[in-house]
Amino acid sequence: MFGNLSDRLSDTFKNLRGKGRLSASDIDATLRDIRRALLEADVALEVVKDFIAAIRERALGDEVSKALNPAQQVVQIVNDELTKILGKENKRIQFAKSPPTVIMLAGLQGSGKTTLAGKLAKWLKEQNQTPLLVAADLQRPNAVTQLQVLGDKIGVPVFAPESGNGAGNPIKVAKDAIAHAKKAQFSVVIVDTAGRLGVDEEMMQQAIGIRDAVTPDEILFVVDSMLGQDAVNVAKAFKDGVGVTGVVLTKLDGDSRGGAALSVANITGAPILFSSTGEDLDSFEPFYPERMASRILDMGDVVSLIEQAQKTFDEEESKKLADKIANEEFTLQDFLEQMQQLRKMGNMKSLLGMLPGAGKMKQQLEDFDESEIARTEAIIYSMTPMERNGPKVLNGSRRMRIAKGSGTSVTEVNQLVNRFEQAAKVMKTMSKGGMPNIPGRNPVAMGGAVGGGYIGGKKSSKKKQGSKSGNPARRAAENQGLSVSQPPESKPGSAFGLRN
Amino acid sequence: MFKFLKRLRGKDADASAPEQETQPAAIIEVLPELDLPAKDVAPVEPEAETKTQTTKLNADTVAYKTESKEPALVSVELPKRSLGTGIRSLFSDSMDIDELEDILILADFGVETAEEIAAELRREANRQGATTDPELRLLLKDLLAKRLSRTDSALNLDDGRLPYVILVVGVNGAGKTTTIGKLARWLKDGDWEVVLGAADTYRAAAVDQLETWAKRADSPIVKPVKDGADPASVAYQTVEMAIRTQADIAIIDTAGRLQNKKDLMDELGKIRRAVEKQTKISEVLLVIDATNGQNAMSQARAFVEVAEVTGIVMTKLDGTAKGGILYALQKELNLPIKLVGVGEQINDFAFFSPEEFAKGLVAKK
Repeated sequence: MFGNLSDRLSDTFKNLRGKGRLSASDIDATLRDIRRALLEADVALEVVKDFIAAIRERALGDEVSKALNPAQQVVQIVNDELTKILGKENKRIQFAKSPPTVIMLAGLQGSGKTTLAGKLAKWLKEQNQTPLLVAADLQRPNAVTQLQVLGDKIGVPVFAPESGNGAGNPIKVAKDAIAHAKKAQFSVVIVDTAGRLGVDEEMMQQAIGIRDAVTPDEILFVVDSMLGQDAVNVAKAFKDGVGVTGVVLTKLDGDSRGGAALSVANITGAPILFSSTGEDLDSFEPFYPERMASRILDMGDVVSLIEQAQKTFDEEESKKLADKIANEEFTLQDFLEQMQQLRKMGNMKSLLGMLPGAGKMKQQLEDFDESEIARTEAIIYSMTPMERNGPKVLNGSRRMRIAKGSGTSVTEVNQLVNRFEQAAKVMKTMSKGGMPNIPGRNPVAMGGAVGGGYIGGKKSSKKKQGSKSGNPARRAAENQGLSVSQPPESKPGSAFGLRN
Repeated sequence: MFKFLKRLRGKDADASAPEQETQPAAIIEVLPELDLPAKDVAPVEPEAETKTQTTKLNADTVAYKTESKEPALVSVELPKRSLGTGIRSLFSDSMDIDELEDILILADFGVETAEEIAAELRREANRQGATTDPELRLLLKDLLAKRLSRTDSALNLDDGRLPYVILVVGVNGAGKTTTIGKLARWLKDGDWEVVLGAADTYRAAAVDQLETWAKRADSPIVKPVKDGADPASVAYQTVEMAIRTQADIAIIDTAGRLQNKKDLMDELGKIRRAVEKQTKISEVLLVIDATNGQNAMSQARAFVEVAEVTGIVMTKLDGTAKGGILYALQKELNLPIKLVGVGEQINDFAFFSPEEFAKGLVAKK
């Protein structure tokens, strides 16, 4: 099998480094990689085709050829198009004007409807709604019992007049449930239905019957995130059959890339409302399109990184800096400022982890010592303005003084100066349109390379709030890392919770 | 068809076995002369006699001579089930060789495999000068059938060391419990004595679900005393009961688990060890949902590593999903597809037949 898109793109981009612009054939090569990656992520072929066509058109246009770093611009476009399909922000459930709000669940067998019904009910209950679960899956053996057990667990009543196992009329159950809910004043009714194949005419008619009996405010199409190419057929069948107003992705705690999300969103045109991420009844959250985008591409969060950087640095500053770099006027003072800005964006480890190709240097990332930055800062603070602006004047005795002043050793001072020179070189390449060389050899040079690119500049407003990684394990790890090693000056009140 | 070895039973072969009471009349009818206790055996009846029963059993029964302590065994076939029309054709139109790659991708074969098969077919077509639609279809069918054929796609139920234990594993919602219900019914139809073990102690009402299937398959079931009980202990008791009642086969259901959940995957190891304290495990069947895409490969890799999977069951092949990933699964993991599920009814189930599968894929509507 192939490595992830991130690795492949870094390979492709390696050849592009140093090029000021991308030729049509460069773009085609990149698009082939992207196509393959999307297919391997189980995005449906027809969706991939449209998608690639859209990217190609934009990539050949002005925005790429004029960009300082065309390769990254391509990635940005990919992400734009992805989020266009997946939706920009998470949508909410449509509640009915006069209760009860009726939510009907539909989907294939084994997609996780019944479990989801339980989770949804729990979530609604926590929001001070009074949900009623309706057991209208009379097909699968003991689906009714399963729903009753779940209802007991979360303290939500279950309307289950029929015991199921192939007997009983689900349409009647659904109809009676609504009457019951109105009488007993439940605010939300969640109708669990049997799993059905898109091609099963009879079962689809039954679903339509249930729909017409309950006139739902939301028909949630429950989709297993592991779904393959068939997602298109299934989505079409449900859209044309029972109709779909929203999508729920289940089993996202697995390691599937979840290309089905893209297929289903594209085919149904309905927003993805929730993601279900575990067997625990709390493993349920609103859907985050940007996480899904990077998960499908499996490319680290390079896009978030770019966005973040764009938010953090303003363009004018960035241009000034780019000029400086190009004219070799980049100094240790600038270096220090860059580093400090980077730190405002979040901790180094998670920042570096977002870079494409970061997978290869995971070990180095693990070894990366945040305190090294503090030492570097101390060294630069111990320099005079003249020294900061022209490191060439640094002779033996000056270095000795700096080492003493910063509580480090001459060797460390020497290392910093060497790194700085390396970093300045890398940035010069980048400013001419190449991709940064990310050797993973020394963290400060890497830090410099990240911050010193075309995106450099000032104006820090928002900070990174935890990782946006699509991989839950990694996300948890990163978030943990974040909270532990946030620089002390970042006050939790301002750094976190702004958007939540 | 595949031959399997099961216990040879007489009218009152073993009065202590409870399931004997519910034994189908068929067996009594079929083997009236052999009313010997199963444990005290040398029932090598003349072959001619058993041959005469063959037609009734819908399987040619040959009594095997065994060592005195071992139970008498009989070689049987299972009732014939066919994939039938369950598999939908790849082609809605006439077959265009230039579109084959895309069509295979659409059937979840995966990019790499699709490229490979398309290239191979092109070569073959050129070599043989095949150009027409029927010729190309035949060529593709032969190619797929040939590549999918294996010698190890029968269930390992023929070494005579009873009871056979089958462990059924897979991710959530793949169709494990349904598969077990169907398999149990099938074996029952072939006069096997089956014990089911409900070791999915996690999911709400999973035990009840299996119990319903057990009733339908007319087989005893071992259940945990309470929810959340140790699945390994349920597995242990299931095997224990199978041995005590001299059943032919014990099928153990396990909770669905996603392959990247390390703790849950480790639990499978524990279940294995619990079973192996008493007997060997004949089959670990990994159930894969045909609607799953390339993630099936990741599932199979993880389960092979932890649970020592011996075969794959592909379910839900009756939908629009073609399950093309099974091609790559067999090839890359060297793991046979053994069974396929093609519906929710108890008989919607068959041995995997490469020929039938390939035929279905290229069939003309």
